[in-house]
Amino acid sequence: MAEKMAEKIIGRPDGLYAEFPRKGGAAPTATHYCPGCGHGIIHKLIGEALADLGIQDRTVMISPVGCAVFAYYYFDCGNLQVAHGRAPAVGTGVSRAEDNAVVIAYQGDGDLASIGLNETIQAANRGEKMAIFFVNNTVYGMTGGQMAPTTLIGEKTITCPEGRDPRFAGYPLHMCEILNNLKAPVFIERISISDISHIRKARKAIRKALEIQRDGKGYAFVEVLSTCPTNLRQDSEQSTRFVNEEMEKEFPLGNFRDLSAETQPLLRGESDFSRDSIDRLFNLETESSPDAVHDPTFKEVHVKAAGFGGQGVLSMGLTLAHSGCNAQRFVSWYPSYGPEQRGGTSNCSVVISGESIGSPVVHTPDVLVAMNRPSLEKFAGDVKEGGIILYDSTIGACDIPANVRGISVPAVKIAGETGSEKAANTVMLGVMLTLGVTGLSEDNFREAIAETFSGKQKLISLNLNVLEAAVAWAKKNI
Amino acid sequence: MATQLVKGNTAAVIGALYAGCDCYFGYPITPASEILQEASKYFPQVGRKFVQAESEEAAINMVYGAASAGHRVMTASSGPGLSLKQEGISYLAGSELPCVIIDIMRAGPGLGNIGPEQSDYSQVVKGGGHGNYKNIVLAPNSVQEMCDMVITGFDLAFKYRNPVCILADGVLGQMVESIQFPEKAVQPVIDTTWAVNGTAATRENLVTSIFLDFDLLEQFNYKLQEKYATIKEHEVDYEDYMASDASIILVSYGISSRICRSAVDQARKEGIKVGLFRPRTLFPFPEKELRAIADSRECTFVSVEMSNGQMQEDVRLAIGCTRPVELVNRMGGNLITLDQIMGRLREISAREEY
Repeated sequence: MAEKMAEKIIGRPDGLYAEFPRKGGAAPTATHYCPGCGHGIIHKLIGEALADLGIQDRTVMISPVGCAVFAYYYFDCGNLQVAHGRAPAVGTGVSRAEDNAVVIAYQGDGDLASIGLNETIQAANRGEKMAIFFVNNTVYGMTGGQMAPTTLIGEKTITCPEGRDPRFAGYPLHMCEILNNLKAPVFIERISISDISHIRKARKAIRKALEIQRDGKGYAFVEVLSTCPTNLRQDSEQSTRFVNEEMEKEFPLGNFRDLSAETQPLLRGESDFSRDSIDRLFNLETESSPDAVHDPTFKEVHVKAAGFGGQGVLSMGLTLAHSGCNAQRFVSWYPSYGPEQRGGTSNCSVVISGESIGSPVVHTPDVLVAMNRPSLEKFAGDVKEGGIILYDSTIGACDIPANVRGISVPAVKIAGETGSEKAANTVMLGVMLTLGVTGLSEDNFREAIAETFSGKQKLISLNLNVLEAAVAWAKKNI
Repeated sequence: MATQLVKGNTAAVIGALYAGCDCYFGYPITPASEILQEASKYFPQVGRKFVQAESEEAAINMVYGAASAGHRVMTASSGPGLSLKQEGISYLAGSELPCVIIDIMRAGPGLGNIGPEQSDYSQVVKGGGHGNYKNIVLAPNSVQEMCDMVITGFDLAFKYRNPVCILADGVLGQMVESIQFPEKAVQPVIDTTWAVNGTAATRENLVTSIFLDFDLLEQFNYKLQEKYATIKEHEVDYEDYMASDASIILVSYGISSRICRSAVDQARKEGIKVGLFRPRTLFPFPEKELRAIADSRECTFVSVEMSNGQMQEDVRLAIGCTRPVELVNRMGGNLITLDQIMGRLREISAREEY
């Protein structure tokens, strides 16, 4: 049995191409790997499993940056070559797009555990459906033998010529152990391909990781302790001994986790591209406004509303914009934005026009609504000659620029008496409506309030009551 | 036709849904975050795929993955995030993969602030990452175009197998206007001639950007340049607002162009012959069209942009420096005002006797 398996492993499995035309050159069946390199064996083990499990059509193999950058020369399946360390992110993209794809990321120690450590951990933590084969040979191969995150303490590389000193270069990273702290992975195992007996165990783990992919069950991680005789300046016996005696001591072999038996396949379902479904997302049948109508006779109105965050100036602006929309005007609304603005003052610009709008940003308003003193002081000087400032009475006495009409509105008081102080913004709308400065009708405002508080009947009626109270106050007092 | 009041960032997601985009990968950043949020809300409701990535780099590489599989995929970010994505964008261009990337520009450099700026022009229009590549760059100036250009963007991305960037700014992302919803929903079909999507039909395919042989890579680079030449030939798009008889041509894109439009109206009332030339594609830049204006009459160009004049250079190149190209700009998150533009227009008008 052992002999048969060894024979099978050494032969070319059907999961690898018979010849490697992508590689080019005079030896179409030779790989680009150095003599004694572990990649060849690992490729064969993966290739064998791909063929035996019948998943070559479904497989998307991701080649990393490193010596295995050309893995796509060899694997007879769909192939991607990607940026350094990003294979798990790319694999996430493939897997989310194609539920049925078998995604394999083949990565070295620099790629996976150094530049791509974040992608590695996060994809594992999301439990992405992919098998990661992590080839750990303690050294950067392709770039010429630099220290890797897995380089052993005291091990010499060209960037730690005196041996890795943890005082300056830290300690070897144990990827299986790190990932084993996460909940989502289905399978984690560390194997070695240093000799025949190790290869036999390795074969099983690799197959298992791919069975999990065949069945769509989730994330599988296989760390392979491998050899790099070229960069570590070893002959084949030394490299075997190095893996068996030194690497294994630092990176103990074994299965860390196998939840495959109790894990159910994860299916994400088909995308729905139908127009009806998208239209429904936005309730287009019930919530459409009439299109704006070109009307050059309508005088463009510029409104700025400002106050503390939480005083509803942004939503007042939106209601005003909705009102304009209902009147078939062109409208724009632009807020001072970002959560960074919280706790400070916020403001928004509203433009209502009979023609398509130029700048949506109001620098010189026709109407300024100021809900607090800082806003009033900041913007009062910008108001156009002949313009209007509505400010809450709680601000008290203040300077209004010449040729501007200042109106002190007891907005908080009216709103409080009618239902809630929070609706003080709606009082300002009612005053604007009564003054006729917006060119919009009461119906436009009422409809807009219903839209702004869409579905919240209590708030709609409260705000409509406040609007009425404000209109009554304005008619009497202005 | 259905019309709704919509925020610019939301409009981009609406465009993506109707464009047949079924994968969204992104990372939060002000002022682009609503695109991520709206995608997280709407995409799953119609079975589309959404992942909040761990980083901008991861997001753009997820885009690389879904694009490799032949799907319509989108991501969005803002200045600092775009800088982080540049590696991935170079790989997308190098592997000739289609996707749509939205940049809601904020003020830089460094962390800068979240106010609007147009200072990603160079990093988006000129390539941005390593290598001799170009993105197709579309520049909306309204919420409607935030939606429509995503749809156009996907068409162009697949037509040319090239990343498409929608270069917008904080104002366009945050402002609300009414839009007419798209009347068609794209039913995407995977192109099995190049995609790798884990099916028998695509088993032979390879997506890669590595060419070990210098001559082969050079050949590939020439092929890319030919593609860009074709794009320049066929895909230039711009808006001309009263520029045909103007002696002062404002050249402006994005939100600045909206302010310019108001300036043109105002200036014309004052008897100054001003026009607006608005590139809707920044790559390809409307070079010939600008050159034609420059060659036809004595005139002055004014590049109006919220940057240190990044587009001004392209206007100069386009017209072969045959006419003066001035700059009206703001930076730091400040918007250009109508008064600022009018001041310059009056100054030029008084100086030059056109």
